[in-house]
Amino acid sequence: MQPERHDIELSVNGTVYRRAVESRTLLSDFLRHDLELAGTHVGCEHGVCGACTILLDGAPIRSCLMLAVQANGHELSTVEGLAGNDGELHPVQQAMHDHHGLQCGYCTPGILMTMTAYLKQNPQPTEHELREALSGNLCRCTGYQNIVDAMLSAAQIMRAAAP
Amino acid sequence: MTTRFFGAPVKRNEDRKLLTGQGLFIDDVELPDMLHAAFLRSHVAHARIRRIDVSKALKRPGVTAVYTAADLGAYWKPGPILVPPPPIEGSIFNERTQVPLAKDKVRHVGEPLAVVVADNRYIAEDALDDIVVDLEILPAVVDCEDALKTATHVHDDLGSNISAHVRQTKGDYRRAAANAHLILKRRFLYEHGISSPIETRGVVAQWNARGAQMTIWDTTQAPVFVRNGLAAMLGLGERQVRVIAPFVGGGFGPKIMMFYPEEVVLPWISMRLNRPVKWIEDRLEHFFATTHERGQIHDAEIALAADGRILGIKDVFLHDTGAYDPYGLTVPINSQCTLLGPYVVPDYDSTFTAVFTNLPIVTPYRGAGRQHGVFVMERLLDLAAHELKIDPAEIRRRNLIPPDAFPYKNEIIYQDFEPLEYDSGNYEPVLDKALEAIGYKQFIGEEQAKLRAQGRCVGIGVACYVEGTGIGPYEGAKVQVQSNGKVNVATGIGTQGQGHFTSFAQIVADELGVDVTDVDIVTGDTDQFYWGAGTFASRGAVVAGTAVSEASRAVRKKALKLASDAFECSEEDLVLADGKVSIAGIAQKFIRLGDLAERANPMRGAVAPGTEPGLESTQYFGPPMGATSNGVHAVIVEVDPQTFDLKILKYVVVHDCGTVINPMILAGQIHGGVAQGIGNAFYEKLSFDDQGQLLNASLADYLLPTALEVPRMELDHTVTPSPLNPLGIKGAGEAGAIPVGPLFAQAIEDALDLKRKEVELLEIPLSPSRLFELTRKARKK
Repeated sequence: MQPERHDIELSVNGTVYRRAVESRTLLSDFLRHDLELAGTHVGCEHGVCGACTILLDGAPIRSCLMLAVQANGHELSTVEGLAGNDGELHPVQQAMHDHHGLQCGYCTPGILMTMTAYLKQNPQPTEHELREALSGNLCRCTGYQNIVDAMLSAAQIMRAAAP
Repeated sequence: MTTRFFGAPVKRNEDRKLLTGQGLFIDDVELPDMLHAAFLRSHVAHARIRRIDVSKALKRPGVTAVYTAADLGAYWKPGPILVPPPPIEGSIFNERTQVPLAKDKVRHVGEPLAVVVADNRYIAEDALDDIVVDLEILPAVVDCEDALKTATHVHDDLGSNISAHVRQTKGDYRRAAANAHLILKRRFLYEHGISSPIETRGVVAQWNARGAQMTIWDTTQAPVFVRNGLAAMLGLGERQVRVIAPFVGGGFGPKIMMFYPEEVVLPWISMRLNRPVKWIEDRLEHFFATTHERGQIHDAEIALAADGRILGIKDVFLHDTGAYDPYGLTVPINSQCTLLGPYVVPDYDSTFTAVFTNLPIVTPYRGAGRQHGVFVMERLLDLAAHELKIDPAEIRRRNLIPPDAFPYKNEIIYQDFEPLEYDSGNYEPVLDKALEAIGYKQFIGEEQAKLRAQGRCVGIGVACYVEGTGIGPYEGAKVQVQSNGKVNVATGIGTQGQGHFTSFAQIVADELGVDVTDVDIVTGDTDQFYWGAGTFASRGAVVAGTAVSEASRAVRKKALKLASDAFECSEEDLVLADGKVSIAGIAQKFIRLGDLAERANPMRGAVAPGTEPGLESTQYFGPPMGATSNGVHAVIVEVDPQTFDLKILKYVVVHDCGTVINPMILAGQIHGGVAQGIGNAFYEKLSFDDQGQLLNASLADYLLPTALEVPRMELDHTVTPSPLNPLGIKGAGEAGAIPVGPLFAQAIEDALDLKRKEVELLEIPLSPSRLFELTRKARKK
């Protein structure tokens, strides 16, 4: 018996993809293995660690808690789309580099996606607000301090650059 | 040599790939025709296997194969002993190592019984449900003390549950006890948890029948050992096996060369089916299938002089090794040795019994047993300080090893098989700096009373520790200048976030006069570098870093020799900088390093006898013994007396790990270690029931600290170089995690004024609910 497949169309980082997927395929698996956008990482598959966070129509979601079919017709953003076409890092990426906000780098894509959305919504967070926003993403290497510093600095740079 | 990069906070070379989603992690390996494996794991902790029926699973569309232990034939063997027991007289060690798939018995929840190979992981997991397993369930051995009494044995042939029994002594504790002004005796419980890297484990194996080559991508910290071991098991030569540890998403110990069942079974499947096969551990599996660290029970006593000087310590402890003991004695030996800490302990008598239980295997996890020992020592000193009415920081100061006593011999045998000896140290300034930074005097003199008057429960803690780091046997590195002028460095260790791509590049860049971004480091690929041991025991920078330094020094020599021949001048007249060798004072007379590399591989003409081609060198370094780092952590906490919620108001780490290669990377290591220490001290507890079932096997229930629990830390360093390597470096990977347990216990006791209530915190982990229980008991008394 062949499992039922569904045709879906969605955009990721501005590119439109059309694929047939099984109903049960997780969005995280679809991105990583069907579209080979493996920058989105999977850490727990139960929505706690935040490593698989991507943006769905601009809002951060856990791609391990959503099915690929549910993303039909939506616009997704992943870590692969953060840097400019010329390779220039997004301010949150640059700040993570400048502040040593990553070690093994596995949780990093999820943190970048969570934070780009958060800093848009709250461009001038206090340290405590920022820590609260970051608390849905687990990092086992850094102790968070350098990530917090990176994001506070990125917020400042993005504010300065905003028209 | 100028040191433009060495010692500077150079930003990391590896970041760009990781920040843009381009780093290759294990699950990113995609190969044509690849199959996917899923393991059927035991749901019970202890049982005899009566029957496993896989016939239905084999019929499921998309399933290629299903294997049980019986299918493995002669390949089925218990795993190798990874670290043999050190040569300690009179010690007992019963070697029982894990098996690829359980055959007669299962010995812990999660032990694999069968493996399904299918077109994708979804189908493979569906097929797990098709397998019928008939088990005769046996009582589970869960508690260490019960393990020594029960007639149920984890390994039937052993006649007991004893994995090991070791006694080590220094001096004569009876002498200390006889002369003591005060003897204090307590029982301590210390449990460490699971490392829980955000990337779980994984293996991809690809057999190439035509080329008779096996390639294995593995989330391992020790690829060379894995290659050698698997080659032997598979009946292949080492040159036929290539192990690649790609970017690994955190290691912390359990990703070492464990020869986990999945590591052993996947290459066999790939050979059998002649197709690549992938297995990625899911988070639930990680809780059972990856090794833990867990608990020890210490019955310890300390003999003291009236002025608080330690005369001796006696300790008898039980160590839970889990269902198998492949890692030998490393964890309990570390506990036994590290208990002594930075203090003068003239007489020491320590005995441990390692016990088999029906729980997942225990192997080193960041700290690797050091925490357990440090907890006992630091808590004993707190109790002694209270009894003798000496300030807790002062009693520590009085017992510190003085700076003129180094190298300091502790005599007992350490995990590296050598008598424990501290190479160098200057401990008192570290304590002074920590007390100064935390504002110790001011806090206990004024602030605490003020805050208490406002009804706030605030307390302070100070804990000292040493960390044995940088042990042998050796590491190597090959440094090679390429014709494009870039320098390639290959080493045998693996990397899991430690910044090797940068810290090693700093060493090379200074030696060869190139930019740090022009040095490419390759780690964890056995075809790129053949020999080595691995990344563990805080040894990467110390041992591999020194090999990198030696190899770049040799390349520098070669470059100068080649250039002096070309210019027909003396080597002393040459300058190596900006990627070229030039004649001092005549900047236009130069040769680029890349051109020298090409000259070192001529197309025609005769080279002088003994000439090695290429501008390259391979060097090895093995230290005579481990280098000992040390440090002091200090904390001020506030505890809510109703909810027992904990707030960290200030956290200070002062640390000495010798010469520092990159202070930014070092700070990151300390931050991360402290975060794991905080998890261990207050949030993370593996809760098993009496059947050996883990009750909190999810990240929703096993609480890793988040950005809200880990505070901002203030760091400071002193530098006491190690005499054991030319760079003077000591390791730092585990330091942050080691003393956090006793620090929390001390600070929480102080905050809640528990001494007055006669409550002692003699266990880790603590938690709000555990504090509630402990203090409620006291109220009832």
